[in-house]
Amino acid sequence: MGLLNYQFDWSVLWRAPYGQMMIQGIFTTVHLSLIAWGLALVLGILIGVLRTQPWLPGRIFGAAYVQIFRNTPFLVHLFFWYYAAPLILPESGQQWLYDTVPNYAYWAGVAGLGMYTASRVAEQFRSGFSSIPADQYRAAYASGLRTFQVYRWVIIPYGFRLILPTITTEFLTCFKNSALTMTIGVMEITHTAYYIDSFTWHGLETTTAASLVYLTIAWTVIAVMGQVEKRVYIPGQIRKAG
Amino acid sequence: MDVDVIVRNAPFIFGGLYLTVQLAVFAIGGGLVLGILLGAARLSRQPWLYYPVSGYVHFFRGLPLLLVIFWLYFLIPVITGRNLNEFAAAVIAFIVYEAAYFSEIVRAGIQSVSRGQRMAGLSSGMTGVQTLRHVILPQALRTMVPSLVTHSVVIFQDTSLAYVIGLREFLRRVNLVDAREARSLELYLFAGLVYFILCSAGTFTGKRLERKNRERKVR
Repeated sequence: MGLLNYQFDWSVLWRAPYGQMMIQGIFTTVHLSLIAWGLALVLGILIGVLRTQPWLPGRIFGAAYVQIFRNTPFLVHLFFWYYAAPLILPESGQQWLYDTVPNYAYWAGVAGLGMYTASRVAEQFRSGFSSIPADQYRAAYASGLRTFQVYRWVIIPYGFRLILPTITTEFLTCFKNSALTMTIGVMEITHTAYYIDSFTWHGLETTTAASLVYLTIAWTVIAVMGQVEKRVYIPGQIRKAG
Repeated sequence: MDVDVIVRNAPFIFGGLYLTVQLAVFAIGGGLVLGILLGAARLSRQPWLYYPVSGYVHFFRGLPLLLVIFWLYFLIPVITGRNLNEFAAAVIAFIVYEAAYFSEIVRAGIQSVSRGQRMAGLSSGMTGVQTLRHVILPQALRTMVPSLVTHSVVIFQDTSLAYVIGLREFLRRVNLVDAREARSLELYLFAGLVYFILCSAGTFTGKRLERKNRERKVR
């Protein structure tokens, strides 16, 4: 039996220098996914609006965006932003990029993750917007608001509350997808756990710890968002049981 | 643009696509079988079945697939005492992880069948398992199939993660060619295009099945 022969050494989790690396990794995971999430929300809402508006070029762009991202792996996007995108720039531009952005991998990860998540967020907003009764739009227009104001003050706040549960799921997907940035060298928690294995041969302990970090954050977000959902739920809507 | 780099390396790259498809077939097949079992267990009233299985599903749905691949890659040799080849390790990780997602689709599908069906099955003298097998599942499958197809497309894309434990599937080989030839733009656009064509076919099928279901319901 292998389990009996394996010598667990949990001290790799706090022993110098690995303890500090783990903490650093957790922080990187958290801020990377939060920045990407901010980008995803802004872009996602924008594309969601474009897809529900009568303006044809906007609708085509929105539909194409969602189709492209849905049908290609996230990893391809990361590789594209990291390896290929700088090559579009002229030589001097590339030089400038590598000189001024020291951790280019990190920002390529943020851009890739944000844009990828945006395509999923856009779909949620589109279905949210289109499930809002047309009377809401008419009432808003009739009260003298312009299109921008209609979305800003009526449709987006209303739609947001409608799709809050699925938006929570999308945030968690974004958070979990941040692990993939390790493939372009970002030192987030999954990468750190794997990296420590190459010095200590105790990857089992570090990956177990990383799992617990993900689960703790995911379950905390679910619990908090459950409370938020209760608070902002729209009276008259069918509520999820339990 | 230098398309020649793709033509030159086509046999190597497409050899990887074969591995990708193989991995996807194992992952989808195994994940579906385990997922149906888990999904049925989550609807069970037996606490010794319901709680552990719910725990399992919540556990894996809270983790990134990439981490699960590493974790099992480290854990399996510790449990069995010997090393596993990369392909087997990847297949096990995919089945264990995707089953949690499949089980949620299965559960929602079973719950969509009206309760009267189950009662009718039971009252005609069938056991619980027989009712599930002959009455509930055939109907549930029809509502589930579009979501199952869509999720299978996701799994097909996820197979690209297997390269982290050294599997030379499609995207890994593109990556390797890029390391040798330094033609990132052409190669990654090409990789994206190949995935896009294959996955669009899957997404399209899922959409069509969904529409068919809706039409059937209207009638």
